[in-house]
Amino acid sequence: MSALLSVAITVTLVLYALAMGIGLLRVMRGPSAQDRVLAVDFLYVVGMLAMLVLAIRYDSEMYFEGALLMVLFGFVGSVALAKFLLRGEVIE
Amino acid sequence: MTLLAPWAEVVVALLLVASGGVVLLAALGLLRLPDFFLRMHAPALASTLAAWIVTLASIVHFSSRGGGLSLHTWLIIIVLSITAPVTTIVLARAALFRRRQAGDALPPPLGSGQRNR
Repeated sequence: MSALLSVAITVTLVLYALAMGIGLLRVMRGPSAQDRVLAVDFLYVVGMLAMLVLAIRYDSEMYFEGALLMVLFGFVGSVALAKFLLRGEVIE
Repeated sequence: MTLLAPWAEVVVALLLVASGGVVLLAALGLLRLPDFFLRMHAPALASTLAAWIVTLASIVHFSSRGGGLSLHTWLIIIVLSITAPVTTIVLARAALFRRRQAGDALPPPLGSGQRNR
């Protein structure tokens, strides 16, 4: 790992952390419930991207499975929450 | 640890920093846009453009180690491009339903000045 790539990965992770902090602010502040669901979905996506960057950082392909699982769980969670907002219950 | 080709490292570094900028832009849009239906547009930037850039970076990185072309990261792009529109549609319908329940006239009638905001 050269110095250039190391610095670039650090900068990228710092930018992701900043974005996740802003998303967390929207989760706490969000005027309505759907704003909070949207922000949580955004946090899932950014966490997945951070996992892919960590795969490059540690030069390991094990992180892909984790990223894939994060995509799937984020999808299921967001759809369940949206369904709850729509109907008042998840499984009818 | 294998050493990468110098050009591949430069490409990977540029792509990663660009994805960080795109994700930060999406977060700022999520924070600053005034209405929920406008805010829905911002996170799509992270789940499409940024995900594509990071996938490209990881393909370049893992392919330039000499083990042949490594394409399995495309799986994440495929799954994401199936799930992200579904989430957006379901959430938009839920938000529309809740706003109408709360008494908003949505979508706003034509010519009411909402389009030139």
